[in-house]
Amino acid sequence: MSTKGYEAVIGLEIHAQLKTNSKMFCSDSTKFDAADNENTSPVSVGMPGTLPVVNKTAIEFSVKTGLALGCEIRRKSVFSRKNYFYPDLPKGYQISQYDEPLCEHGKITFKVDDVEKTVSITRAHMEEDAGKSNHFGEYTLINYNRSGIPLLEIVSGPDMRSAAEAAQYARTVRQVLRYLDVCDGNLEEGSLRCDCNVSVRKVGAEKFGTKVEIKNINSFRFVEKAIDFEIDRQIDAVERGEKILQETRLWDPDKNRTFSMRTKEDAQDYRYFPDPDLLPVILTGEQIEKFRQELPELPLARQQRFMTEHALPLYDAEVLTTERELADYFEETAKISGNSKAASNWIMTELLRELKNAEKSIVDSPIKPAALGKMVALIEKGTISGKMGKTVFQEMWASGQDPEEIVKAKGLVQITDTSAIEKIIDEVIAANPQQTADYRGGRVKLFGFFVGAVMKASKGQANPETVNQLLTKKLQG
Amino acid sequence: MIDHKALEHIAHLAKLYVSETEAQEFASQLSKALGHFEQISKVDTKGVEPLVTPSEVEAYWRPDEVKKELTAEEIVANAPARTGNLFTVPPVV
Repeated sequence: MSTKGYEAVIGLEIHAQLKTNSKMFCSDSTKFDAADNENTSPVSVGMPGTLPVVNKTAIEFSVKTGLALGCEIRRKSVFSRKNYFYPDLPKGYQISQYDEPLCEHGKITFKVDDVEKTVSITRAHMEEDAGKSNHFGEYTLINYNRSGIPLLEIVSGPDMRSAAEAAQYARTVRQVLRYLDVCDGNLEEGSLRCDCNVSVRKVGAEKFGTKVEIKNINSFRFVEKAIDFEIDRQIDAVERGEKILQETRLWDPDKNRTFSMRTKEDAQDYRYFPDPDLLPVILTGEQIEKFRQELPELPLARQQRFMTEHALPLYDAEVLTTERELADYFEETAKISGNSKAASNWIMTELLRELKNAEKSIVDSPIKPAALGKMVALIEKGTISGKMGKTVFQEMWASGQDPEEIVKAKGLVQITDTSAIEKIIDEVIAANPQQTADYRGGRVKLFGFFVGAVMKASKGQANPETVNQLLTKKLQG
Repeated sequence: MIDHKALEHIAHLAKLYVSETEAQEFASQLSKALGHFEQISKVDTKGVEPLVTPSEVEAYWRPDEVKKELTAEEIVANAPARTGNLFTVPPVV
């Protein structure tokens, strides 16, 4: 993508809150909706004399994420102090990793408008979150519940060239985190935060332009909008002969623009140094290998398997693997239904539509996969028709009842017995001599009328295919 | 050498107010300290791995379990200013 001969250079820093029960360096709870300062302790409010102790699960989650992103895992990584003063950082420094991060040199592949794109992962390092400030003009209130929650900061290479690529990259990283079950990926609650580094340069230029960091973006749609705005703003500025300032800008979703928050402090101003309170994180080859063995099947691999094992078309496989829970739902449904493609169709059309309308996630679906699988199986066996299936589906959605019970209670049994259907057809033909004569005289459009009449006479229970076949034969006389 | 300008920068980062006389005094003190490190840095450390920690003990990683030691009231009890169970600080924006 280029405008006026310029191209954008975009890199993302994604902060993923790791889904541990307790914090990175102390045993405070990480629950999101706790009361003010409920999840704090002397360590997380930075009282003198306290010491950090590493959370084992946070290390495990970080290593697994690194492996899933194709990173090399450093056998020895070091926690450093990043020094700056702000009231939400009670110790006066954030424990982070600097020159020896846990994960490095990874990459991730995804598709943008059907074109494959690979983005490098420069590094992923562990750090602790800061507290939360609320500003009231005359004073500021601080809540340290978030202080010390484990974060993994995933830094991409400056490899993206459009807002769409950046947004898709972020979605893909989120998908991997959710497959690993190490982060719930909720941008609105802040469990996933996305900072975008954007610069522009003339197409063909080797040197990067001055980069601007955009923060405060709480949806993927805004990632795209904010970057697009910033690209245009920078190109216009350069065209006017202005210099781009290295600064941090915030995204204002109401006004659809970015605005300057602060000019960037130089990296050395944070005065990083190894934290003397913490030992290096040492990992053995066996430990890393064990984590690798424990990795779940990742989205791309699962998509491939859905195409080979379940013979699904690419589109179905892509949609069904967007979320791990949805992929699990499909597999369970498919197994019981005996027809993977039919199961896929019901999920992709009926179920996803209902879930979207009800603003529910797949986990909260009132129809469980076992029930949907059973319903598809009933259609497969010919017990009920596809049309009856829709009635059963609606009833299952509303009541959560078992499909077989619904079929029984509503008397929704499909008549497949040919002689029974023939009898109904004979009656319909006998009752409509005029239409029969017209049809035989060449008004073939009347066929639909007969199908309707037969279905009505059978109370909708006749197998439509059988009706079509027999009716064609009988009407020919 | 720590000159006047460098000292002001350090003071700014540390959010410290330093008077003109103090600045003179600290600049010369810090320069001395820095000179000491310059002397140390003359030692040939080629092939020596940077030391992160002198202790050889194996790191202890704690299991991911929640423990509650103090209530929110206790945590904010010694704060110079509070609003409910939140810390009140001077305005920062």
